[in-house]
Order: sequence, then C-alpha cells, then structure tokens
Amino acid sequence: MSKVVFLEELCKGCLLCTQVCSKKIITQSSRFNKQGYKVVEIKPEDLEKCIACGFCSLVCPDSAIVVYKSVEEKEPENV
Amino acid sequence: MSKKRLFVKGNEAIALGALAAGCKCYFGYPITPQNDIPEFMSRELPKKGGAFVQAESEVAAANMLLGAVSAGIRAMTSSSSPGISLKQEAISYMAGSELPGVIVNMNRGGPGLGDIGPSQGDYFQATKGGGHGDYRLLVLGPGTVQEAYDLTIKAFDLAFKYKNPVMILGDAILGQMKEPITPWEPEVPEKEAKEWCLEGAKGRPPRVIKSLYLEDGALAKHNLKLAQKYAEMKKEILFEEFLTQDASLIVVAYGSIGRIVKSTIRTLRKQGHKVGLFRPITLYPFPSEALQVLAKEGKKFLTIEHNLGQMVEDVQLAVCPYAQTDFHGHLPGNLPTPNDFEEPIIKALEK
Amino acid sequence: MTEKIMFPKPQVLANRPTHYCPGCHHGLAHKLVAQVLEELKLPEKTICVGSIGCSVFIYNYLLLDTIEAPHGRAPAVATGVKRARPDKFVFTYQGDGDLAAIGLAEIMHCANRGERVSVVFVNNTIYGMTGGQMAPTTLVGQKTTTCPGGRCKDREGEPFKMAEIIGSLGGTAYAARTALNDIKNIQKTKKAIKLAFRAQLEDKGFGFVEILSSCPTNWKMTPLQANERIAKEMIPYFPLGEFKNTLGE
Ligand SMILES: Cc1ncc(C[n+]2csc(CCOP(=O)(O)OP(=O)(O)O)c2C)c(N)n1
Ligand code: SF4
Ligand code: SF4
Repeated sequence: MSKVVFLEELCKGCLLCTQVCSKKIITQSSRFNKQGYKVVEIKPEDLEKCIACGFCSLVCPDSAIVVYKSVEEKEPENV
Repeated sequence: MSKKRLFVKGNEAIALGALAAGCKCYFGYPITPQNDIPEFMSRELPKKGGAFVQAESEVAAANMLLGAVSAGIRAMTSSSSPGISLKQEAISYMAGSELPGVIVNMNRGGPGLGDIGPSQGDYFQATKGGGHGDYRLLVLGPGTVQEAYDLTIKAFDLAFKYKNPVMILGDAILGQMKEPITPWEPEVPEKEAKEWCLEGAKGRPPRVIKSLYLEDGALAKHNLKLAQKYAEMKKEILFEEFLTQDASLIVVAYGSIGRIVKSTIRTLRKQGHKVGLFRPITLYPFPSEALQVLAKEGKKFLTIEHNLGQMVEDVQLAVCPYAQTDFHGHLPGNLPTPNDFEEPIIKALEK
Repeated sequence: MTEKIMFPKPQVLANRPTHYCPGCHHGLAHKLVAQVLEELKLPEKTICVGSIGCSVFIYNYLLLDTIEAPHGRAPAVATGVKRARPDKFVFTYQGDGDLAAIGLAEIMHCANRGERVSVVFVNNTIYGMTGGQMAPTTLVGQKTTTCPGGRCKDREGEPFKMAEIIGSLGGTAYAARTALNDIKNIQKTKKAIKLAFRAQLEDKGFGFVEILSSCPTNWKMTPLQANERIAKEMIPYFPLGEFKNTLGE
C-alpha cells in the first residue's frame, strides 16, 4: 500500500505531475486552492494503482506532493 | 611597533597601511597612476596569507570586494578615475547592503579618458554617492604620504564601524610623491563582523545580505536607516586648520592641493599677509560646522581645487549666510606649485 | 513494514509557496540543488550567491547564508567570497541573461581562473523577470518581446553554447548540460549538480552545470508544452552531456 498526499495550498495546477505519473492516475480536480489554482488529485478508486514511484513528487516544482511507500524494515535506504 | 622610517610613494603607503590594518584580500585592475598598489599587493599580500586577484575589469574587482567583505574580512580595491566609474555598480550595492569595502581612488584627469596627471575632478563622484541611489560613502582625503598610511588604516576601522563603504580619495601627486613615513601597527579587532557576516548558517538562522527591498514601505525604512547612519558619521569629521586664528582670509583646499597651498600660506605669511588654511580631511562628512564658525568670525574665504569648482559648493553652503567663498581652479594637465597660488590668494585677500 | 517518503523534501528548502509561475523549472532546480547540498552535508558551510532574474528571491527558498550579487556579477562576488573564506562552499545560481549577456566576462574569467566555486546556470532561452525579452541563448527563430519576428541569425547572431564554452577553459574541472523536461533528465541533472559541487569540494577546479529549463509564461505555453519544446527545439541545438570532467567519474 502506498499513500500520496497533495499539499493543496502549494499546488499551482501546472500538471507536470500528471505527465510523469507511471500509472497516469493524477488528474486535475475541479477545486481551486486559496492561491486560485485548480489543484490535482488522485481519485480514491485509483489510489490502489499507485506504485509509489515518487516521480510526481520529484517533478513537482512546488514540493506539493508527498509519496509514502511501504517498505520492509530491512530494505536499503532509497537515494 | 616598528619605529623604522620608510621612504615610500603615496601609493605604497596606502598598500602598507592596508597590510597593517589587516587587509586580507585585494582586487585590482591596472590603471595609471595607481599601479604601485596592485603591484605591491601582488607581492606582499600572499606572504601574509592574504589573496591578491587581478580581476578582468574594475567592475569585477569591485564585485569581488563586495563578496569578500560579505564574509566579514577586511578587503580593498583601488583604481583611478575611469576605473572608479566602473566600480560604482558594486559601490552602490555595498552601500545598499551595508558592506564595509575600502575603495581607493587615485584621481586622474577627466572626463572620459582625460589624462594620467593629477586632478580633483572626482570630488562630486566621491562625496555625493557616485553610483545610483540615495547613499553616501565616508570619504577621506589624505594630503601627505604619512596621512595616506594613517587614513588607510582608519578607512578599514570606519568601514566596519559603520558597515559602509569608505573611499580614500587621493590623486596622481600623492600617489607618486615619495616621502618618509613612520609606519605603525594598529590593533586589528578580531571577529569584528561576527554578528552579521556570511559563513554558513550553522546553529543559527540563515543570513541574507541584500539591497532589494520590495515590500510596502521597506525601502523607505531602509533609506531612513542609512540616513541615520550618515548623520552619525559626523562624529568622524576631521580637518586641519593652519594659521586660521588671526587670518582674514581662509583658503579651503583638500588633499595634495591643500598641502601645496600650505606652502603658499607659509610664504605669504612671511610677507605679512594674514592668510590661513582650512584643509578638510573627511570630505564626507564635510566639516561644515567648523567652517561656519570661521565664517561667523567675519573671515573671507577662497576655495582652491584642482578642478573647475566642486568642493567650492560645499564650502559655500557651509559659510553662507555669513560669508561667500571665492574660487580658484587649477586646470588639469599640469602640476601646481606653491607659486601658482600666490596671486589668486592675494587677489582674494585684497578684494 | 514501515513507511518511507519517496524523494523527501530537503530540510534546506523552505516550507513556503514560491513566487514562480506554475510549472516554472526554477522551483525544480532549487529542489535539486537543495537535495545535493544535503546529500553532501553542505548547508551549514555554504554561502549562496544569488543573481538578478526570476530567482532573485532564492534566499526565500533555500535556507542558506546568501548574498545578492548585482546583475551578472555573481561569479565575481563568488570569487571574493571564496578568496575570503576558502574553507566555505560557495555556489552561484544564475539565469541566462545574467550569466551569458551582462555577466559573460565574469563567468568566463571565474572559470578560467579555476576559482573553487560552482555555478548552477538556468538556461530558459529568455529574460524571464523583465517580461520575455531576447536572451543570448534565445534560439534562432524564437519570438520574444524584443525579437517579435523571431531571432535572426544575421542580425542577432546565434545562441551561446555556454556549457561548451566553459568546458573549453583550463580552469574548469566540470562542465555539463542537462535538462529538466523528463524524469530521466531530472535525475541526470541532480547527478551533474553533484559533480559540479564535488569539483569544488575536491579542489579540482571550477564546476558548471547548464540546466535547460522552461519559462512557460514567456514562452506562452503550458508547462507540458514547454517540456516538449525543450525536447524538440532546445536539446537539438544545446546537446546534453558533459563537456569537461576531470573528476575521474
Ligand atoms: C544592471 C541591470 N540591468 C538590467 C536589469 C534588469 N533585469 C532584471 S532581471 C533581468 C534578466 C533576467 O533574465 P535571466 O537572467 O535570463 O533570468 P530569468 O529571469 O529568466 O530566470 C534583467 C535584464 C538589472 N536588474 N540590472
Ligand atoms: S506538479 Fe505540483 S504544482 Fe504541478 S500540478 Fe502537480 S502537484 Fe500541483
Ligand atoms: S517568468 Fe518564466 S522564469 Fe520567471 S517565474 Fe515565470 S516561468 Fe519562471
């Protein structure tokens, strides 16, 4: 199981994350944040498709996405 | 403390003064008549563990100075008029960022390429800011080689005291003139910039040195802070009065010209003329109050400069409404002698 | 089982929204710089030299001791900082107008002297901050507000290839060009930044990374179209790769 958290107030709706998402499950929502940008989301039913590659988090210029990956205790640290 | 006498040029005295003051970095670019300074520094500074860089331009040299002093060390650049024009960008940034750079200008003739002879044509540029924006430098105008040494040491102290760029305004006469000096070793405060310098944000919040103030009212506030600092600098005012007490005419002159005028005054005194010399040593802040005191006593004034009239405006502002100042401008392109000033002084005295 | 954050936000990157336009690559470039600084354990000994351009507020985002350099002069300012404190880590972050136009002399000489500083060069082929004027890196044919008919080779010359130029200088220890248009290139960019920083840390010489970046606003494109432009128009003219590497890696 992985978890993706969007820090909506930081999102600028640039959609760069939608393109790099390995499973193409990130889409534009119909919500606006306080900055006035239309934020992105993953539909609840799509979340299980997420493989926690973290690419959306890596590409986001505004650090608006946090991706949690479940790992075995002994798995080496990702770099 | 070395009591040894040295026989050196003004340029060398400045370089020696900088070393004594603990200057750790020097950035320069060749231009006559100040080349002895970078040449001396390239030889001597590395021996003291400092860094000498011959920059690609005066623009770069002054910006290197900006960087070096932001790290809290004592550093200097020097040049002559056309090069000083190029340094104005960084000087303005240093003033805006409150950084203690020391800049030496061995003034030569202008405008443009002018000549390589002495001139005081850069008085306005030095004392009224010089670059863009509303700011001032502390400006020191040495008249002798010993004073060049002493004031260079003072320049570093003042720069750090006020976190403001300081300019030493000499000229081709001072730079090339050889005189005996007695060098002395000042005490250099350690860690004088500990509170503000950049050294990596370890165990404290990051520090930012900048001159950009965009938020509402921020720049106004910053300008006011600078203005307060300039007002405080008045404490540092220095000048020399020579035989002014009983004089009916005061000649106001600075730097090399002040020193040459002093010889003229001596000669004229021997002939019975009641003339004296007032020589501003800090050109900014300008010794206006002291001049005004003399003006109130009913004395006449003559300003002599090696240009067609710049400091005279500051003198006039200082002495009015009690007096007016006459003006004599020595043209660039030749070296004045004490004789050259006898006639204009007597003319002003008899007016 | 535990939870691990993928590509966690570096501590040295501030927790605040940036002023950058949506999709602007400056934010991404900042993040990569921050990651490398942390991986090399540098933040506490770093002095950042900011430049004039859209990244002028870099000190709001990278929590580092920072000095603002006049337009184009960051390499001279960095030279001064490093000569004053050779024990510190010093880098500049500059745009293409800043570095390749007004600051061309400073960058060339800084590199040629082999100053032990590193330079992160964001090439977005345009003057972003001032509203999209022609830059020295604007591609031939590219329209900007000061070459509305497109950059003309005969009139305005061809774009400067800075990574190649810097790579050809004796003092340079590392010079590379990377891009931020896709994940692979983003990861390569991070590696290149690390090598440019290590060139300084290992006292090898001057380190330089040119990063092909987008300015969607002034290119009048969506961020996704901008990424395509990097791939289709910029990379063919500005080839990616290393132009100098004396680090032995
Ligand atoms: C001496 C000087 N000239 C001009 C400017 C105006 N100016 C500010 S930013 C800039 C260009 C920035 O473009 P670039 O370096 O490409 O960075 P970007 O904004 O694209 O990131 C200019 C010309 C200035 N600040 N100072
Ligand atoms: S990349 Fe970041 S800012 Fe852009 S849409 Fe995705 S979450 Fe929002
Ligand atoms: S104008 Fe261009 S470079 Fe500047 S913030 Fe916007 S997208 Fe980025």
